[in-house]
This record gives sequence, C-alpha cells and structure tokens, in this order.
Amino acid sequence: MHTLSRHIHPGWLIIAPLLVLVVALYLGPILNILWLSVTDPEPGFGNYAKLGESDALIRIVWTTVRICIITTVFSVTLGYSIAYAMVHCHQRQKNYMLTLLLVSFWISILVRTFSWLMLLGRKGLVNGTLENIGLIAEPIAFMRNELGVLIGMVHYMIPYAVLPLLVSMQSLDTRVMDASRNLGASGTQTFWRIYLPLTLPGLVASTLLVFILSLGFYVTPAVLGGGKVLMVAEYISVQLLVTLKWGTAAMLAAIMLAGVLAMLWVMSRFMKLSTVFGGAAR
Amino acid sequence: MTPGLFAKFNRVGAWVLLLFLVTPALIAIPVSLTPKRFLSMPKGELSLRHFEKLFTSEEWLSSFFQSGVIAVSTSLLATFLGTLCAIGLWRVSSKYSELVRAFLLLPLIIPQIISAMAFYRLWIPLGLLDSYAGLILAHTILAAPMVLITVSASLATFDPRLEQASKNLGASNWTTMRRVILPSIKPGVFAGALFAFILSWDEIVVTLFISKYSVYTLPRRMWNGIRENTDPTVAAAAVVLIAITLIAFVIFSIMSRRSAKSEAPEGGNK
Repeated sequence: MHTLSRHIHPGWLIIAPLLVLVVALYLGPILNILWLSVTDPEPGFGNYAKLGESDALIRIVWTTVRICIITTVFSVTLGYSIAYAMVHCHQRQKNYMLTLLLVSFWISILVRTFSWLMLLGRKGLVNGTLENIGLIAEPIAFMRNELGVLIGMVHYMIPYAVLPLLVSMQSLDTRVMDASRNLGASGTQTFWRIYLPLTLPGLVASTLLVFILSLGFYVTPAVLGGGKVLMVAEYISVQLLVTLKWGTAAMLAAIMLAGVLAMLWVMSRFMKLSTVFGGAAR
Repeated sequence: MTPGLFAKFNRVGAWVLLLFLVTPALIAIPVSLTPKRFLSMPKGELSLRHFEKLFTSEEWLSSFFQSGVIAVSTSLLATFLGTLCAIGLWRVSSKYSELVRAFLLLPLIIPQIISAMAFYRLWIPLGLLDSYAGLILAHTILAAPMVLITVSASLATFDPRLEQASKNLGASNWTTMRRVILPSIKPGVFAGALFAFILSWDEIVVTLFISKYSVYTLPRRMWNGIRENTDPTVAAAAVVLIAITLIAFVIFSIMSRRSAKSEAPEGGNK
C-alpha cells in the first residue's frame, strides 16, 4: 500500500468512484455506439455512405445545421446586447437584470415550450391579438415551421449566450477604453476597434456554446416543428424508438459527437472551459 | 465610456429582451384558470378545476412523487460523488487530474440525445430500463458535473494552508475533511445539490428513452400532455412548476447572499 501511494496520489481514491461510474456507464456505451456506426447492420462504412446517397438524410442534416446557425447568430447578437447593457449600468439595475436572466434560465424547458404552443398556435394569443386589433385577417403560421422552431430555440439559448459574454466583459480593463477615448477615438470607433476585439474570446465561447447546445436540441424542435421540421435529434429518436435502426442513428450520433468535440477543442483555445460552464451553471 | 445615445438605446433593448425571456412562460397562468375542458384562454369566468384535477388525479400525483424521489436521490448521489471527486481533483491537481476533470464535464455538454442513446443502449442488457435505479443512475451521471463545477469553484477560494494546519495539529485525513474542508466549501456543495435536483426534476430527453410505464416522471407526463395538446391540466402543472422554480430561486438567492456576507468580513480582516 505504501509503495503504491508513493506513485499514486491518495486523492485519486476519492476521484475513482465517479470516474469509474462515468467510464463504465457513459463512456462505454458511447464507444459502443461509435462501434455500431461501422458494424450495424453490416461491417463497413455503409452507414456513412448513406449520407451521400439519401436525399432525406442530407435534408435533415442541412436543416439542422441551418437552424443551428440562424439560432446562434440571433442568440449571440441579442445576448451581446444584453451583456453589454448589464456591464454598463448601475449595480442595482444590473442585479435586477441578472435576476430576470437567471429566472428564465431556471424555468423548465417543458413549461417554456408549452407557453410557446399557447402563444403561437393558429388560435394562440399572438394571432388572436393581432386579429382583434385588425392587423391581420388570416392567422400567421408561427408553428409547424422553421419560424416557430427558431423562436423557441433563440428564446431558450439567449441566457446561455449571455453568460460567457458577461464573464468576458466583466474581466475587461475599462481603462483601455478610456485611453482610446482620450486619444481622440469616437465612441463608435472605440467599440469596434477596441471593445469588440477584446471581447472576442467571450464571443467565440458563447457562439460555440450555443451552437453545440442547439445541435442536439430535441424538445423545442419536436413540439414547435410539429413534425414538419425534422432535425437530427428527432430523427435519431425515431430511428431508435420506432424503426429500431441503430446503424443510421449511430452514424448521425458519431458525426454530431465529432462536431461537438471539435468545437469544444476550438473553444478551449479561447477560454478556460470551466469558466464557461461555471458561468452557465449559475 | 460615457453612456451615449446608442448605449441608452441598447439598455432599453436589453430590458425588452429580458422581459421577452421571462414573460412568455406566464401565459400558463391564465390558461390554467380556464373553465373549459380544452386548452383555451378564459373569457370572463375563472375556475380552479384544473388545479383540483391536478392534485386529485392519481396519475399526476404519482408523477410528482416519482419525480421527487428520483430528483432527491439523484441530488444526494451526485452531490456525494461530485464533492468527493472535486476534492480529490483539487488535491491531486496535476496534468492528469485536469484531463480527468475535462472528461468528467463531458456529460454536461454532449448533446442529450447522444447521452440518451448511450443509456438506452446499456440499460437494455442491464435490465435497468423503466426502473427507478436506471433513471437515478443516468441522472446522476448527467448531474455530477454540475456538482463538480460548483464545489471546485468553492475550493478555488479555500486556503490549502488550512488543510496543512489541521494535519499538523494532528487531525486525521477524515477529520480534516469533515471539520475543515467540508464546512468551508458548504456553499458550493449546496449549490451543486440544488442544481443536480433541478436537472433531474426537469430532465426529459434521457427520460423519454429509458422510462416507459412503471416510472412516469412529471416531465414525461407533461411531455405527453403537450403532445396531445388538449388537456388544460398541463397548464396547471406548468404553473406549479413555475412556482417551484421561483421558490427554489429565492432560496438559492438568499443562500448565496448569506454566504457572500459571511465571507465578506474575513476578506476585510486580511
């Protein structure tokens, strides 16, 4: 025991329980899925080849990527505006803003999706109100299309976009901006040439975080898309639970996983990952 | 920078956005009070019948109960494992331990649909599908990283010399852990436990895959209600969930304010 502990730090003993659990019950089956993607139904890269052959699969992947990009652009832009306002106002006001942000963060995804269902439906509150004040004659189709999915997703992702940006903006040395102003730059110039580049790490982290979370998003697209907008996550669930085709689902999961890990790696170049998660968990 | 016109404009925009984040959820309140049998906005007359149904229906009550059992067990287990692990990683703090930390955070960021696949895949041969144990284990793996983060954050502000002092004064490892380390990281542990509880209480994607009949959690029942899109009891359940969220949030705010206060005088003395 003593010779062992000379080589292995005793701290590992209390790391082990969680580590073993995650390796055995999480990493194991994930590796198994990766394996399935090249062995089910038959060995080889047949599943991956389908991606080049099947129009339906390509359409699903393209829909997913497109929706994720649009969601990310909107969430990060709006998130930047919120984070900027929060950093540049009085502590009191900032606290109120933070409270609203965190409350929205905490409200169940199911509650929020349900609310959008009530608001955006053909006879929903939004259409009803617009008709009552005579702005529209026919109800607008907010749901069962990409618009609905985008509204729901952006609404869900904004808090995730704000938190890394907030961390990044708070750690800025404001004297740099003062210096820029003193040297004669206008407010706009200072923002574009000093402020924005300095918050770039936060911007990258926030962009990648939102994109990653959007990629595997299941609940909102499934409900607000109403079967009309098929994204990868929902397709996987149909493959597994209805048609029982593990191979195709495993292939899609493998690609998604590779994408996520690649983005995480890029993200780790720009920011300590634990700060991002630390912020996101609050 | 002096707040220019743009900054003022932006601030108003930010407030509008923040209200946009919170207000949509409130629509569940009027819908839950409709006197009709289908999902609708009440016109004039209000009724509490859907809340009555929620709290008398055996199905909904059992879902509340099951979700409670699973979330509490998950929270306890994840907090126990996550706290131990965080302390271990903090003690070791080497290149390898940072790798392990990054690895252990993965369940938080890997898309839930992939996690769901993984658990589904393994739970079939293990016979854990549709069981309490299966859900608790899966939720624990997803929630433990949360605890790891919050406890690690607390440990970052803990002075390692205190641990040294305790050992020099003759305390065993166990005593040091119990009387020195744990009390100083208490805020992180509680925050982690709360987050783990919420994660499990609210978890739907993995739950959809690994539960079927005998375990039917609250999110699962809500999911069904939302898909069927007729019964206003879902709205009542949503209101109850919002209320629970707000209560949890208030508790959390009070707790973190208290721990901030208790830390402040120490900082002043330094």
